[in-house]
Amino acid sequence: MSIDLFTLLVIIGCALVTIIPRILPFAVVRNLTLPQPVLKWLSYVPICILTALVVQNFIIQENHSLKINWPVIIVIIPVLLIAVRTKSLSITVISGVILMAGFRFFLL
Amino acid sequence: MIIENSISDTQPASPTFSQGVKDCVPTLLGYISIGIACGVVGVASHLSIMEVGLLAALVYAGASQFIICALLVANSPLSAIILTTFIVNLRNFLLSATLAPHFTKYSLLKNLGIGILVTDESFGVASSRLAKGESLNDKWMNGLNVTAYICWIISCVVGAMFGNWISNPEALGLDFALISMFLALLILQLQHVVSSKLKHYLSLIVYMTIAMIALSFFMPSHVAVIIATVIVATIGVVTDK
Repeated sequence: MSIDLFTLLVIIGCALVTIIPRILPFAVVRNLTLPQPVLKWLSYVPICILTALVVQNFIIQENHSLKINWPVIIVIIPVLLIAVRTKSLSITVISGVILMAGFRFFLL
Repeated sequence: MIIENSISDTQPASPTFSQGVKDCVPTLLGYISIGIACGVVGVASHLSIMEVGLLAALVYAGASQFIICALLVANSPLSAIILTTFIVNLRNFLLSATLAPHFTKYSLLKNLGIGILVTDESFGVASSRLAKGESLNDKWMNGLNVTAYICWIISCVVGAMFGNWISNPEALGLDFALISMFLALLILQLQHVVSSKLKHYLSLIVYMTIAMIALSFFMPSHVAVIIATVIVATIGVVTDK
């Protein structure tokens, strides 16, 4: 159970730079009322970020070129249908894992 | 306009801490699978179990933890590792900025406690609650955040302990838990959009996909996430009638 000094410095430094963006809005927003257009802008953030996170997971960046991760795209389609039909987070996640495992087992 | 309205008024029954814990459960498979993978990678990158645990507890960010491990193995300088981590996590600013206006009535300390544990997943669950027109409160948010936090640390440490046995977590399809979760959270967001607005939201998803792919040709995808979001959320405001 050892902790290397350099590793410790990395962990502490990285902890600080991840904490700041997380807490800054919570510290600042209390003291001002945000104007309506800003609140409206913020209401679009969830849909944008969630879409971005999905896209980020099906593209592969390799030294200045971009590839599409086709197996992921193919499995995304049935998972999307399951999400729309069930509107359940748990069912979607579990079926996603099973479909991906099945896809890799039988087809790759 | 369900989303906008929920910011200002209407407080139905206020949700409890244990309701927050319950609402976190569907996301746990994502934390567990990625956490275990993170622990496996940590040990493979010559970190001790203690260091993996400390990394999980203090940095508490999946993508960054993978990147930190990779940079440590590559003998990168301290400044480069910290700067990269900062950029990868900058999107958390947008997540916190979206949630923070709902917690202004609580003390600064409570706000910091909530903010420090915000993740993509807890943000997703909280904003789908907002999309339903329900309110957020401190107890519920803490229940959600603390459950995820504890589960994440345990998963990373377990991954580190069994790191040498699990050679390929991808074969089990567990990496797909995260994508499935983001897909489901996206659908849950749309579910409560009034039908006259649905087209507007769907067009934003299309713009967002195009923006992400286009920007990813020129920059790391974690930077593209931030820039694409800023651009498309602005398009959202401008094109909203």
